[in-house]
Amino acid sequence: MAYFEYQNIFTQVQVQGEPEMGIAQTGENILGGERTRKATFSTLIGWLGNAQIGPIYLGWAGLISLATGTLWFNIVGLNMLSQVDWSLTQFVRQLFWLALEPPGPEHGLSMPPLNDGGWYIISSFFLLISVMSWWLRTYLLAAQHKMGKHIAWAFLAAIWLFLVLGLFRPVLMGSWSEAVPYGIFPHLDWTTAFSIRYGNLYYNPFHALSIVFLYGSVLLFAMHGATILAVSRYGGDRELEQIYDRGTASERAGLFWRWTMGFNATMEGIHRWAWWFAVLTPITGGIGILLTGTVVDNWFIWAIEHNFAPEYLGAYGYEAYGTYQDFGGVPAGGN
Amino acid sequence: MFPKWFDKWNADNPTNIFGPAIAVGVAGSAVFLAAMIVGFGQPFPTESQQTGPRGTGMHVQEFVSDLAVYPDVEGFFTSEPVVPAEGAAMMGDAAGVPPALANLTPENYERLVTAMREWTGIPDLLAPGNDSYQTQVAWSMIEMTQNINQNWIGHVQANAEVGVTCYTCHRGQAVPNNVWFKVSPVNSNVAGWSANQNRVTMVSNFTSLPSDYLETYLLADENGNYANIGVHDLESRVQQQPGDPLIQQAERTYAFMNYFANSLGVNCVFCHNSRAFYDPGQVTPQWATASLGIAMVQETLEQYILPLQDVLPAERLGPVYADVPKLACRTCHQGEQQPLNGLNVIRNWPELAVLDGAPDYSAFE
Repeated sequence: MAYFEYQNIFTQVQVQGEPEMGIAQTGENILGGERTRKATFSTLIGWLGNAQIGPIYLGWAGLISLATGTLWFNIVGLNMLSQVDWSLTQFVRQLFWLALEPPGPEHGLSMPPLNDGGWYIISSFFLLISVMSWWLRTYLLAAQHKMGKHIAWAFLAAIWLFLVLGLFRPVLMGSWSEAVPYGIFPHLDWTTAFSIRYGNLYYNPFHALSIVFLYGSVLLFAMHGATILAVSRYGGDRELEQIYDRGTASERAGLFWRWTMGFNATMEGIHRWAWWFAVLTPITGGIGILLTGTVVDNWFIWAIEHNFAPEYLGAYGYEAYGTYQDFGGVPAGGN
Repeated sequence: MFPKWFDKWNADNPTNIFGPAIAVGVAGSAVFLAAMIVGFGQPFPTESQQTGPRGTGMHVQEFVSDLAVYPDVEGFFTSEPVVPAEGAAMMGDAAGVPPALANLTPENYERLVTAMREWTGIPDLLAPGNDSYQTQVAWSMIEMTQNINQNWIGHVQANAEVGVTCYTCHRGQAVPNNVWFKVSPVNSNVAGWSANQNRVTMVSNFTSLPSDYLETYLLADENGNYANIGVHDLESRVQQQPGDPLIQQAERTYAFMNYFANSLGVNCVFCHNSRAFYDPGQVTPQWATASLGIAMVQETLEQYILPLQDVLPAERLGPVYADVPKLACRTCHQGEQQPLNGLNVIRNWPELAVLDGAPDYSAFE
């Protein structure tokens, strides 16, 4: 077998037999009975991960989350469809342009008319329920599996940023019009306008921290993924075994990094690095957004005042720069 | 064909050569392409116009192939004026002569009318006895052109003698390109902030930004006031005052600035300093020219364009509100820093250069 057949992004060897149905649905496992009872196999899915599909446990939290999430999705979609006079053609054509916008600033925190942000408030309420009950589901499932709650807390970090953008900051600003519209291009317009309005968000130190953790997460993910793949021939992909009984895979991976940069994480600690970098991305970002407009109104001027951005008082010498005659204009005197 | 030992060796040593072949092919092609670009130069070369101190991103860039291309310049009809003799007869209030051209000699009047027919593509424009709406529009547009050339010299001759004539907008067509109409609200079944954006329109330059920025900033409200073009609060700490811009004003201003950039074929740092867009103390000289341009458009719309509402026939009016076709930056500039690439269109036409008083022919004596 040539090397490129072995080193393939897709799983080459799949095992498909009796589906693994999990622990028996009796006794202490009180939520067990709510698991679906069927499981199938998909070779296609197996190329990317585990080939077994199901069983799934939805639970009451999952059901509420799916129901309210679907309501939110449909309210947004029907509002978009209504904005193009119920024309499916225009709906498809303008889909990326259309949005369900928050109410205008004149409505403050009051309940606006349905056609001027009212539907936005209603749908946002359902989205809030949906996201929070999905979070509860991750927590309850972890408890049921007697796991740590790391996944739930990490998800909550993302929810913190979501709540800052759509709930905490609008309330502090006294207007729902500060919230982010539900639309593909419109939410990007909002992002740009938000940054411009508050004097360039790049000068917000918490935004800077958030970017550090975001890019840091990417770097850590690439380093860790590459390291484990590189030592999987020594069993390095069996990370748990390597954590409690360090073998040659861990030794080689650790030595590689120590001899490369003088320091190495541990087989267990690298996952804490990754978790904290990921979690701190939305946490710091959310702090930065929450301070914008509530505490600081112009980050660039704030940065100058704090010697974080330079102030320039000299002459710019504009008279020395290019003229239109030299750059696409007709030569002087021509007509 | 090959010696036996060679075929035998190959048979004994089967090797998959596709892996190395693909690797060598990809790497080789990349090296070849890089060598070609280095050898022959960038196939789509660009050039930059510096607009500020180096190292600060202050430049406007264009493809070289787009520079020194003057599509409409060739079509500009012009002729030298005839210097009137001492005490020559004027058109005066002869029938059908626009009042703005009363102080022209018959030779220069005929010359100008001929040119105006070329510029606007209307063959019977100002023909004696022609009392179509076009005559009335022409009377007003002549005054508008004279007003712009005389009173807005700070904009239309900011860097060099350029000026405007009918051709600056019309380009040989009866209805100029790049006029605009009111279209808001653009969305059905919604009101307020939701209603004027998030739709592909010509006015929004095909973005999802608001489509109502031109009418907001360039047309006066019922009290005669214009909306404030602004995006920031210039206090670092929160001191939100009534009238300070909100995200909505920032977004609408952004749409307007996008229109500016598209109309002039430039980017933000043509007028603004990359380090502090907001600060009028750090802007480029073009910022002042552009600000004059905004005021010029506001005045021109108010004094010359909007009054044509009842003159124009229905087929010339807007699709939504049956409003008069309106001008703004792009109607003249049409994607260039200076209309018609900075062609001096006013030199031969002193008749269009003054609103009050007689044309100045001294340059041709």
